Amino acid sequence: MAKAERAIAAPPVNPETKPFWDAAAEGRLLIKKCTACGEFHYYPRAICPFCFSDRTEWHAASGRGAVYSFSIMRRAPVPYAIAYVTLDEGVTMMTNIVDCDLDAIRIGRKVSLVFKPSDGGPPVPMFTLSS
Amino acid sequence: MSIKDKAYIAGAYEHPTRYAPDKSLAQLHAEVAKGALEDAGLGKEDVDGYFCAGDAPGLGPLSMIDYMGLKVGHMDTTETGGSSYTIHVAHAAQAIAAGKCRVALITLAGRPRAEGIATGTAPRNYGAAAPDVQFEAPFAPAVANMYAMCAMRHMYQYGTTSEQLAWIKVAASHHAQHNPHALLREVVTVEDVVHSPMIADPLHRLDCCVITDGGGALLVVAPEVAKSLKRPPVRLVGAGEAPKNQMGGRVDLTYSGAVWSGPRAFAEAGVSPADIKYVSIYDSFTITVLMTLEDLGFCEKGRGGRFVADGALISGTGRLPFNTDGGGLCNNHPGNRGSMTKVIEAVRQLRGEAHPAVQVKNCDLALAHGTGGSLGTRHASATLILERE
Repeated sequence: MAKAERAIAAPPVNPETKPFWDAAAEGRLLIKKCTACGEFHYYPRAICPFCFSDRTEWHAASGRGAVYSFSIMRRAPVPYAIAYVTLDEGVTMMTNIVDCDLDAIRIGRKVSLVFKPSDGGPPVPMFTLSS
Repeated sequence: MSIKDKAYIAGAYEHPTRYAPDKSLAQLHAEVAKGALEDAGLGKEDVDGYFCAGDAPGLGPLSMIDYMGLKVGHMDTTETGGSSYTIHVAHAAQAIAAGKCRVALITLAGRPRAEGIATGTAPRNYGAAAPDVQFEAPFAPAVANMYAMCAMRHMYQYGTTSEQLAWIKVAASHHAQHNPHALLREVVTVEDVVHSPMIADPLHRLDCCVITDGGGALLVVAPEVAKSLKRPPVRLVGAGEAPKNQMGGRVDLTYSGAVWSGPRAFAEAGVSPADIKYVSIYDSFTITVLMTLEDLGFCEKGRGGRFVADGALISGTGRLPFNTDGGGLCNNHPGNRGSMTKVIEAVRQLRGEAHPAVQVKNCDLALAHGTGGSLGTRHASATLILERE
């Protein structure tokens, strides 16, 4: 089950994204919603990539989603699963699937949010298979 | 304004090296430039436009123009990773059509093998200021696992199999056996591919392209220049380019930017996929070829697996000969950037100068396609259609 830990690169936080990472430190996943067009987007931006409005605001995601696609990198000191997870809110984000048997991961499997510490930075949002 | 018939490829040169610990990067750029000029029968003094991308050392064109002693009136450093050079051909034609230059030199070189770069499996990071990096780098996206996610989704959605993907490598290996410069010349079978070590599920080692040093160069020239030369004229008749990305979180890994670049190129050329005699398709991985062929309209979306199976891409026997130099999968992937060699082999085919064992009969219309960046995150697709006069 639990694999040896891979060192997770610290995300280079900037002023635009500081609220995202501050929330991550509190165990919350924020995504952006545009109040002009009503659409969620990811990764978060100050300017909506759909309608180009600057009226975007942070929104707490449910932390639930499903695997859109994934791959297990075998050529690494510790094999790891990279994935795109589609959140219940509708946006798809890059992440890792952790704390489970990597060979049990399938497209469509339900997943739930966990945070993992990064190497000298804020914790990062990952997912584990829902039981 | 269209670029159709406004420019010709008069010089093409692929560096024979695949491992260059004894050469500098600037030297490789200059060697391929020299090779292309000799191929065309032009001199350095004829070059009045220079194109290079992110592989060029230092300040790109400034450093290389200085090193080579060029005197130019037009420069372009469009950088879209491995598809840069297919885009450069189109942009050179635009510059020529606009009267900005008459002889445009495009160079590519790299030495990842000499430098020991784990091209496909080491996570990449394009710098802290890239807006995506903090939302991706922690998860260790490499090249292989990004393309692998495309393959995984394609399999899920369309039933594509590892065996079907393997046929792409098998076809490339059939071609590479005739190329004395190819890094891998051994003919492989579907079984060899699917039993090679798994790199990033579902891509095996033999689904991945080679890592090589070397480079290539092209000369794109005005029609009157082409007509003054002795080489068989290869005319650019259509071009298209298109970026694709995660689309603000509406990720769809099952298609590439070729769905947009292809139709633009075909429309400009006034031809359809059925008219194409030979294709050079960027083959960073087998899945790249399969998705590109679908997206360019050579088969219906989702049927790429069936389209490429059973040797369909092998020259002489298959329905659509591709990458007759052995491609990136077997021959060469200089500097981890594969679209330069795609154009070069298309030029060889149109000139009738490919290896006789793989030369396509009556090859008068060819397509060369590049995919730069990462298919799994953000990339640029670029399509060229070339005609023998």
